[in-house]
Amino acid sequence: MSQDIIQHQVIWNRLIAVVEEQAQALIRTAFGTATREAGDLSAGVFLPDGRMVAQAVTGTPGHVNSMAESVKHFLRAFPLETLQPGDVLVTNDPWKGTGHLYDITMVTPVFYHNQPVALFASTLHVVDIGGLGPGPDGHQIFHEGLFLPIIKLIHAGELDNTVLAIVKANVREPEQVEGDFLALVACNDVGARRLLTLLEEFALPDLQAVGEFILARSRQGMLDAVARWPQGSWSAEMWVDGYDEPLLLQARLTISPQGIHVDFAGSAGFVAKGINVVKAYTDAYTSFGIRCLIGADIPNNAGSLGVISIDAPEGSILNAPYPAAVTSRHIIGQMLPDVVFNCLRQARPGEVPAEGASCLWNIQLSGGHVLPGYDASSFLRQPRFSITSFSTGGTGARPQLDGLSTTSFPSGVRNVSLEILESISPVVFWRKEYRTDSGGAGAQRGGLGQVIELSHGQDMPMELGAAWDRIHFPARGAEGGQHGAPGRVSLSTGETLSGKGRQIIPPGSHLIVETPGGGGLGDARQRDPVRLQHDLKNQLISHEAAVRHYHHNKTE
Amino acid sequence: MSGTKTPPQRNRIAVDVGGTFTDVVLLQDQTQYSAKILTSADAPERAVLQGIGDVLQQAGLNFAAIDLLILGTTLATNALIERKGARTALITTRGFRDLVEIGQEDRFAQYDVFLQKPQPLVPRHWRFTLDERIDAQGQIRIALDEAQVSALAQQLREQQIDSVAIGFLQSFVNPEHEQRVAALLRAQLPEVTFSLSSEVCPEIREYERLSTVCANAYVQPLVAGYLTRLQQQLTQRGLRVRPFLMTSGGGITSLETGIAEPVRLVESGPAGGAILASNIARQLELENVLSFDMGGTTAKICFIDRYQPQISRSFEFGRVHRHQKGSGLPIRIPVIDLVEIGAGGGSIARIDNLGRLQVGPDSAGSSPGPVSYNLGGELVTITDANAHLGLLDPAAFAGGKVELNVARAAAALTEQVGQPLGLDKDNAALAVTEIIAENMANAARVHASESGKQVDAYTLVAFGGAAPLHAVRLATRLGIQRVVIPHAAGVGSALGFLWAPVAYQAVHSFYQRLDHLDIAAVSDLLTTLSDQVRQLVQQADPAAPVTLQRSVYLRYAGQGHEVAVDLPEGELDQEAVAALHQRFTLLYRQLYGRSLDHVAVEAISWTVTASTPAPAIAPPQTAPAVSGTPDRATREVYSAQQRKRIAVPVLARQQLVTGENYSGPLLITEPETTTWVEESFSAQRTAAGHLLLQRNTQQGEKP
Repeated sequence: MSQDIIQHQVIWNRLIAVVEEQAQALIRTAFGTATREAGDLSAGVFLPDGRMVAQAVTGTPGHVNSMAESVKHFLRAFPLETLQPGDVLVTNDPWKGTGHLYDITMVTPVFYHNQPVALFASTLHVVDIGGLGPGPDGHQIFHEGLFLPIIKLIHAGELDNTVLAIVKANVREPEQVEGDFLALVACNDVGARRLLTLLEEFALPDLQAVGEFILARSRQGMLDAVARWPQGSWSAEMWVDGYDEPLLLQARLTISPQGIHVDFAGSAGFVAKGINVVKAYTDAYTSFGIRCLIGADIPNNAGSLGVISIDAPEGSILNAPYPAAVTSRHIIGQMLPDVVFNCLRQARPGEVPAEGASCLWNIQLSGGHVLPGYDASSFLRQPRFSITSFSTGGTGARPQLDGLSTTSFPSGVRNVSLEILESISPVVFWRKEYRTDSGGAGAQRGGLGQVIELSHGQDMPMELGAAWDRIHFPARGAEGGQHGAPGRVSLSTGETLSGKGRQIIPPGSHLIVETPGGGGLGDARQRDPVRLQHDLKNQLISHEAAVRHYHHNKTE
Repeated sequence: MSGTKTPPQRNRIAVDVGGTFTDVVLLQDQTQYSAKILTSADAPERAVLQGIGDVLQQAGLNFAAIDLLILGTTLATNALIERKGARTALITTRGFRDLVEIGQEDRFAQYDVFLQKPQPLVPRHWRFTLDERIDAQGQIRIALDEAQVSALAQQLREQQIDSVAIGFLQSFVNPEHEQRVAALLRAQLPEVTFSLSSEVCPEIREYERLSTVCANAYVQPLVAGYLTRLQQQLTQRGLRVRPFLMTSGGGITSLETGIAEPVRLVESGPAGGAILASNIARQLELENVLSFDMGGTTAKICFIDRYQPQISRSFEFGRVHRHQKGSGLPIRIPVIDLVEIGAGGGSIARIDNLGRLQVGPDSAGSSPGPVSYNLGGELVTITDANAHLGLLDPAAFAGGKVELNVARAAAALTEQVGQPLGLDKDNAALAVTEIIAENMANAARVHASESGKQVDAYTLVAFGGAAPLHAVRLATRLGIQRVVIPHAAGVGSALGFLWAPVAYQAVHSFYQRLDHLDIAAVSDLLTTLSDQVRQLVQQADPAAPVTLQRSVYLRYAGQGHEVAVDLPEGELDQEAVAALHQRFTLLYRQLYGRSLDHVAVEAISWTVTASTPAPAIAPPQTAPAVSGTPDRATREVYSAQQRKRIAVPVLARQQLVTGENYSGPLLITEPETTTWVEESFSAQRTAAGHLLLQRNTQQGEKP
């Protein structure tokens, strides 16, 4: 018995190391900045019944339990008894995977002494999937690219070249996408090999006993964490910019001895643009928001995730039905932790951060292809490029702490070096620095947004793909704190651009992107004078703002 | 490898200035003298001079008799970590004042909404900008405004800035503006030191380059002052030779280079440990060695292939969260690739919210220390677990300096680990040591897979106070068959310095596609780098033959991680480029199991390393084995395999007879440490005095 206790703990550590290694293998061989730099990937190991026992902690919460659920869909399409060693399954079905066509999920069953003992799954964001390309401009899923239902890519070790040929014929970067597909296969193999070594080393017939131990412990740990919060129900709502018109997100969060339930009844309906969110993705960001404050140290698995349940009305923007367009589902998905925080703040005032910029402000630029309004033939002579500069605004102020300036939350992306972007495209950056006064005033100040200015270095037109929010509805302050600055997009000619959709940057114009600041927390007049002085000295706030918001009266 | 061309150096001294202790070791031919002195933080040269004087006196020598002096210092590291460097300003391109603070815009801990990011070394009010811009092709888009530079000089003076970092965008492509600004400011501010990003780190990726040049500027006045004072005082005392400095990359370099690029001196101590291990690998002709250094707070592992420690191109200092990747500030320098794990004798065991046993990374250190030290420590540690298992002699721990209270350890184990987990105290202690062994093994596995290595093919070389106790446990988990416990590992790092070659590595980013490589331009770059590194190495050691090693960082177009590939010897031509492509393909396959033959290959950075042969120094001699049959003491040890207490023979290390086989279970003791040979291993003493532990082939596999 004592041996089992020690062994279960050791194996739990080992399984987490195995999926971390699986994720590392993927990061190091994947193409495309989303996967590599933004960590837009996930890796995990599942019991034969489809329950996830361990998942690597990677850069984006969007996959948290969307991938956890996806393996069950795979098993419904291909029951385990029909699979054999060397089989690998794949899909990018947004409703059965992780929410848009760019995410490819690959599942590999693992056999030990001819018995299925586990499944490894991994997901990454491919460079291209055909269709219109990135951005929220599609009206239906059919505009958004190639759709692969759950199919078998490898049959007992034999790669299905027909599938791969179809994929390659439908995407703009066939070699890189092929590389990504094979990277997924390889990383699952790494996980499988390590798992077999583990079973051998510990002389285990399968993962069942240790899996049940992990799930039971995690579930109990999560229930204990929930029990430390008051019971009750709290509601919150939030307006977001939407594509053509503002949209309401509404939530009711209930804490009970059984766990946490979130109901998004009352939220806006889905729209004819690619900002709709599939339910699995709503689940992912909602539970991530909860887990930031409750049970943050508990690993993700079916046990800990099972304590949280989420409802969103079918047909709402948070549970968009097929064939809705979903490519830019992150714009709204990334707002959900703020909605959760707004509920939880009522349960425990003074312990929850204010709203932040939340939605990523990635700058997507392309050129060298035909643009409306310009002479088509001249584009053949121009450099062809497509780059994404991952960019962020400020996070909301936190209890006792200011918000983080220009930091990704809830996503965990990393930016890409400007020098790298300049070396692979004709784009020249002219400015990237903090945006003074953009952090919402408060006893704790919101994080600052930034100003980014850039142009086509050869005075040619290029296309911007905007997918941004918090331009009309800034991050709100809380508990007396003030709003963060709203975002803004303009040209050096003075023209204001829209926060969503494809737009042209004319030759010679500079694009100026000002990302939103985070909301403040608490009354600005209560701000510690030392910190106020520090902000002034470092020009994070202007003297005028200090006088206006903080009632600062010393002149310098 | 032989250093026959170097004149014989009889008296060699190495000094490792650590945070707490300054270690000095003198090798007079094969006789070793050592001294351990408290570091004098305010003026480190004091302890250095005292320590050198001490070992010289032991050997009956004076300063003039020193033939070789190698210094390692944590001065730069400590100044960075404790934020005790110079008043430093950064001058950068207008519009980019905050790049060094914006960093990568990420969060190092996904679920921690309350995390705090590390603050940059240069605060915003000392970050200045100038109108200028050079593009990715090196073309000047906005010319430098020299009038602004003069105005800036006045501001720097007013702010009493001591050291200035200059880092413009794309300066590694064209350093003209950085050089011009430095020249103009030097003329006006003769007392101020200047660091240029195009000199300290001519590599693409602005955040890392700016962070590196800021770190260099930040520590430069301090390090330069210390090294200059030290050299003067050494000369006054009669030193004839020029001292050398140990670098983080595992080579030694001249004092002048150390003053110009002090950032290359961080982490030189741990580098010494890896060099010690690689030297032992060479002595024993072991091609693949995993060095394992475990002390009171951390364990460090490093892969050593064909006697070369693995080198990495970047390092993070001042992590806000210990051992959490991304929570520190980056510096891009050649550094021995050590993975640091929060696992040492003082690592604390506790039960987390899930009822899981966690060990480390926090440590009880030496004060209050483990529960069994009886110095006020209340939290149970690895040392407590080992003491309770019977592995440590309570009366002889740490050379008898600390008497262990085993009963206190047992009580704490029961209360803090046993009761929550439902284990008796023996199994509670075992759980602690099993978890820490698993943590270290996991770190080694992940590091191995990141580097494309098969860890079970390696020999473990274990040194540092706690490593010999844990080495067999770690080896077993990693499937490793052989473990070496080197002789004289107590002053491991300092001793390692003496085997380091003189070496310098230069790196320069120059983006190229292999399919249309500009051969002339790359050849020019390689020539420039070769001349530069050769000159720096010859400046340190004019007589020694210099070997050049050239490599390039390659990746498939569209990827973000590069792989270092050695360039073919000789002139770069089409054939060499084809060979290079082939090498990359093979290496990539070896690392990741497949290659992507239709994807273009691109080069990011080019490096040239110049080095002299590593000195061939015979290992220090140990006292011959005591003849006759020693008294075989035994101790009661709780066996992980048998799950009961068994009587285990205890031998003093010097009692072992060379070549004889001693089967486990067995404890081998020496003043600073104890080696635990579990049942599945047996031990031998080699002619050079090392302990060689081998797994018994007939034993069943058992974790």
